[in-house]
Amino acid sequence: MYDMLTFITSITDSLPYIFSGLWITVVLIIGAMGLGLLIGIPFSVIRVYGHPLARGCVALYVWFFRGVPILVLFYLFYFGLLSWLDQVPVLDFLPLEDAFFAAILVLGMATGAYQTQIFKGAILSLPQGQLKAARSLGMSDFSAITGIILPQALRFSIPAWSNEYSIVLKDSALAYVIGVAELMSRTRSVAAITHKPLPFTLFAGLIFFILTWAGVKGLKRLEQKVQIQGYIQ
Amino acid sequence: MMFKKGGLDMTQPNGTGPVVLEARGIVKELGGNTVLNNVDLTLAKGDLKVLIGPSGSGKSTLLQCLNLLHIPEQGRLLLDGTQVNFKKKTDLYLLRQKVGMIFQEFNLFDHLSACQNVAIALRKVKKQSKKQAHDRACEELARVGLADKLDLYPAQLSGGQKQRVSIARALAMDPEVLLLDEPTSALDPELISEVLVVIRDLAKAGMTMLMATHQISFSAGLAHEFVFMENGQITEQGAPDALLAENSGSRTRDFCAKISELTGAEA
Repeated sequence: MYDMLTFITSITDSLPYIFSGLWITVVLIIGAMGLGLLIGIPFSVIRVYGHPLARGCVALYVWFFRGVPILVLFYLFYFGLLSWLDQVPVLDFLPLEDAFFAAILVLGMATGAYQTQIFKGAILSLPQGQLKAARSLGMSDFSAITGIILPQALRFSIPAWSNEYSIVLKDSALAYVIGVAELMSRTRSVAAITHKPLPFTLFAGLIFFILTWAGVKGLKRLEQKVQIQGYIQ
Repeated sequence: MMFKKGGLDMTQPNGTGPVVLEARGIVKELGGNTVLNNVDLTLAKGDLKVLIGPSGSGKSTLLQCLNLLHIPEQGRLLLDGTQVNFKKKTDLYLLRQKVGMIFQEFNLFDHLSACQNVAIALRKVKKQSKKQAHDRACEELARVGLADKLDLYPAQLSGGQKQRVSIARALAMDPEVLLLDEPTSALDPELISEVLVVIRDLAKAGMTMLMATHQISFSAGLAHEFVFMENGQITEQGAPDALLAENSGSRTRDFCAKISELTGAEA
């Protein structure tokens, strides 16, 4: 009975600590997915419509970030590239030595490569006659792409993007290797202190499960909300 | 650009108006084949010319070259006497505004309602206000008989309605010339006439048009000139009556007779 009580207090005592890690995970995932969008949208447009040289550069980017494991990227960036860039005085305004900043950067750049592929696929699936029609009305390529192509391509990308979200969410747990005190790393330290790894790990797993479920559910709702009337793809 | 309902049964014979669009020595290669080989064509104000010819003769490519959706390898294009610089993007955008295009497959913007389909280019190209563009779009859709379909999306419209939206979309830009690429070929037979009525009204209102079509009897009654294309060249050109006359011995007559045998329509 006494054991049970200490066990429960140990959980309730450590909850605030773990939950503040949840907050870090949430910011990390929003930052990474947001950065991924900022990279993925323009890169997918370049990949499809860009100058051959620019297309090649994007292909190289995608090839690199899809080919190297996230774990390796964390080490390469945090201990390599970023600490080296930290020596450059012009870049002083960037928090290059900050592990949290590095984690967003790495996860965002990696998911940016995958998101480029998602949006590229959606753009190519559109009937290209619409771009012709837009041009035939005198619309510039920029207007046609932002006004006609992207609004449709982004809609059709939501299911694949939701899948990408659930993957990046779980990849974010790897940020503990560079010392980001996110959900998983806090769970590990609590588990180590209390010598009760199983319940805390289960608890962390449950939170990841809820985050995935809520995100996917929300995106499904968004997909239905922006659905084109009468349209069946 | 007004629709005059009723009035003249035939469009006025032309040949007097100022030249609007002039193509000289157009050469276009696609995938190593010469699709257009030194094509000359002149459209004067109020002209209605009809492009006919077998599949693969270059009709569609010619239309797309006149709108500069395809940039010709050689040749010149003059709009109102001013030569278009193919290398200048602003020149391309300006020409396309003035030369409207209707596609066989309609190519409506799937994510926009009928009204938004017409309004979007007014906003993005002519920089009109939301209200201004919306009002103009409603007006144009009413002219093609779709005043009650403003808020429907392309997926909710029939083929004939879609094509009429695309005509309204082109007309809203106040084009000087309208190019029509087989506007009724993708339609169910019973929907063809609603589109032809719109085209006929446009012709009567004096719209300058170049239309590729297989609707021979319809266009013979309207067109000032038939332009026959084969193997990337214009091989015959003249008034429909002259080309289709029994003793003309023209390739055009031959071709039209073959189409008519199949469809049962009178040439």
